[in-house]
Amino acid sequence: MSAVIDHGHAGHDHHHGPAKGLMRWVLTTNHKDIGSMYLWFSFAMFLLGGSMAMVIRAELFQPGLQIVQPEFFNQMTTMHGLIMVFGAVMPAFVGLANWMIPLMIGAPDMALPRMNNFSFWLLPAAFGLLVSTLFMEGGGPNFGWTFYAPLSTTYAPESVTFFIFAVHLMGISSIMGAINVVATILNLRAPGMTLMKMPLFVWTWLITAFLLIAVMPVLAGCVTMMLMDIHFGTSFFSAAGGGDPVLFQHVFWFFGHPEVYIMILPAFGAVSSIIPAFARKPLFGYTSMVYATASIAFLSFIVWAHHMFTVGIPLTGELFFMYATMLIAVPTGVKVFNWASTMWRGSMTFEAPMLFSVAFVILFTIGGFSGLMLAIAPADFQYHDTYFVVAHFHYVLVPGAIFGIFASAYYWLPKWTGYMYDETLAKLHFWMSFIGMNLAFFPMHFVGLAGMPRRIPDYNMMFANFNMVSSIGAFMFGVTQLLFLFIVIKCIRGGKPAGAKPWDGAEGLEWTVPSPAPYHTFSTPPDVK
Amino acid sequence: MTQHPRAWVGLLLSLAFSPAYAGWTVNMAPGVTEVSRSVFDLHMTIFWICVVIGVIVFGVMFWSMLIHRRSTGQKPAHFHESTTVEILWTVVPLAILIVMAIPATKVLIEIYDTSESELDIQITGYQWKWHYKYLGEDVEFFSNMSTPKAQIDNRAAKGEHYLLEVDEPLVVPVGTKVRFLITAADVIHSWWVPALAVKKDAIPGFINESWTRIEEPGIYRGQCTELCGKDHGFMPVVVEAKSKEDYAAWLAERKQVAAAERELTSKQWSMDELMERGEKAYATACAACHQVGGEGLPPMFPALKGSAIAMGPAEGHIDIVINGKPGTSMAAFGKQLSPVDLAAIITYERNAWGNKVGDMVTPQDIVAFQKAQE
Repeated sequence: MSAVIDHGHAGHDHHHGPAKGLMRWVLTTNHKDIGSMYLWFSFAMFLLGGSMAMVIRAELFQPGLQIVQPEFFNQMTTMHGLIMVFGAVMPAFVGLANWMIPLMIGAPDMALPRMNNFSFWLLPAAFGLLVSTLFMEGGGPNFGWTFYAPLSTTYAPESVTFFIFAVHLMGISSIMGAINVVATILNLRAPGMTLMKMPLFVWTWLITAFLLIAVMPVLAGCVTMMLMDIHFGTSFFSAAGGGDPVLFQHVFWFFGHPEVYIMILPAFGAVSSIIPAFARKPLFGYTSMVYATASIAFLSFIVWAHHMFTVGIPLTGELFFMYATMLIAVPTGVKVFNWASTMWRGSMTFEAPMLFSVAFVILFTIGGFSGLMLAIAPADFQYHDTYFVVAHFHYVLVPGAIFGIFASAYYWLPKWTGYMYDETLAKLHFWMSFIGMNLAFFPMHFVGLAGMPRRIPDYNMMFANFNMVSSIGAFMFGVTQLLFLFIVIKCIRGGKPAGAKPWDGAEGLEWTVPSPAPYHTFSTPPDVK
Repeated sequence: MTQHPRAWVGLLLSLAFSPAYAGWTVNMAPGVTEVSRSVFDLHMTIFWICVVIGVIVFGVMFWSMLIHRRSTGQKPAHFHESTTVEILWTVVPLAILIVMAIPATKVLIEIYDTSESELDIQITGYQWKWHYKYLGEDVEFFSNMSTPKAQIDNRAAKGEHYLLEVDEPLVVPVGTKVRFLITAADVIHSWWVPALAVKKDAIPGFINESWTRIEEPGIYRGQCTELCGKDHGFMPVVVEAKSKEDYAAWLAERKQVAAAERELTSKQWSMDELMERGEKAYATACAACHQVGGEGLPPMFPALKGSAIAMGPAEGHIDIVINGKPGTSMAAFGKQLSPVDLAAIITYERNAWGNKVGDMVTPQDIVAFQKAQE
């Protein structure tokens, strides 16, 4: 491998910096360029998916239909979910992986740079296709991001075929990205960087990548069966032809449950670097963190039917999935206790990355609690498909995945840009996000318990007060994210120069290279003691 | 809530103070059955367990955040491992979970015991209404949402049971174990009544079972809880529990109505009568998709106004209404509606909104068509 790289360099000595113009971005194989593109793309999708959430919250601001009709409302909930999951959260973590994994393990680049370029450029194509369905006759996907058959097959709008193809493209992109991460971590670690010395972000991404490789093909199979049912007369999901609509849900959630851990494990890893840095104290229980992550990943494969407690699974099946799901609380608890112990008797300061990380731990734990409640099958009969579930998964995804991404972004921005971001504005961003997010999602627990189903455009007056509070919180959270865009642009354009290691408590190889990180780093591997 | 434009503040205030039923409910209600109370107890137990763990963990974190900060001159400690505490905080949560799993298992077993029912009701979900069939009693009917469109469009004041009211509730006797056999005719729906703690998916081609025994007479409201298309938010479930005597009287009355309905099939109908009945039946069965004015919502739901089928030969029109169009949202209404309603709807569609075909389809035509199909 290294012989090939050396050969290439010998012939093109003058090509050490980035190419000029647009083609730099189209053709780049540099992990930092590709990482940046992933991050920008995911932020654009975050704003797009977020604006759809604003439409949803505006319609739900008060009872009655005011702004949109039910058909369009369903398209908004569907697209909001799909875009946030596949367009915002997943690419953001792939972007962070691209930027940081080579820097953290002392590698010169990702192991498969050309594939890296391809897996990024598939995404704009996939989402271009997906979003274009909104402008087609009959509208875009309107069957929820979980697209249960037969609503998504026999009863779907014609644009469903474009949706299926878009999901295929996203899947190919994710699988290639995951293979790249695995190949990089297993092959390109600097000498002395043993597996158990890797930063937890690298560990959690390694495990995430295996999850992706295992489940994205299942999703591809699922949508392919839909394609067959819609266009080629098969009946995988139609009882009339000997198929089974519930089979769809089993296949979907076999992908879907590991998928929710795919969206959270990398955040676990990032936070496990950030909390020790700002507590100025080593991470408590590194080994148990690794094992807990692996346990969560394993358990994620045997709990899928807890999304389907009401479909009529036999009693024994119901009991198995209930017990297995409850078990997830154990390794997750270990992680939370470890983070709390890392903070204990530290010497903490609360810059933006730390604020987001601490909020991550607390609010993710609240999402974990509601998750534990949802695991109790008889109680789930009351919670299932109500706003309680919406509250639950937004608590694990917004202050979980999204806050994890914000924490990472602020933590590594000085490394990426060479400048410190504006701390005052970043703190404002944190507090506005924190308040807005809690105002938006906490009342959803209440309306859910009071009996409001999810995915409805209109509701009875008894849910009106809390829905209005939710909407106000959501608008606040939404607007605040424009501030983040401003902070990042400001940081790129200048500011207080950041040294190689702007955080005094930070550990890791990424802080041994200058800020901004040069276009090529670790061309000769560093020594890891 | 308000049909007049108001300032934001006024709106907020009015929401907070005006309708008595705009509440601030924060928790589940215990419900009206033994099962629903068991479920409620489970909910509260697991909730308090979470609260206690939360208070301890967050307490430690907040203490740490207040005390262990650099600004108070703290020097960082260096401990980073302890096998003992790791084992401790693996085993203790595990024990708590086992304690929690025991009552949960008991309740689940109780919920799954659908044996020895005294009354069986088949529930079928349709886009977007429920059909109830009292097995062995020859009584069946559809239950449609009865909230007027004007309330939804904010042209009229909303009532207390806005979106949670139906034309025909499901009527059950109190103190009786009622078994529900739940299925669907098109997409997946989910039948939920919070006060009974019964939520079961209605899946086309499969039958799910559930049961309840209501103790107190009363009206209990719920909604469809599985996304089922455009009007998912507009298919409420209403259950009316009556005393055993009242239930028996109601059942007898329903049987009479059913018999009278059958007689209507052989009656000679005039054009005006059919048009009048057709307009009403069209509004409940067809207007959700094809719209009150027949303009539809193309391309998903084609217009009937000026449509080739509605203005073509009656045979083709009868065929699509009775048999539906496979592969589309157009359901087969042959089994859903009575011959009278089918005839009235078809006649109405052929002559309303300027379609003016001028012919008339009678209930006898429908019966003949259905016979010929068999």
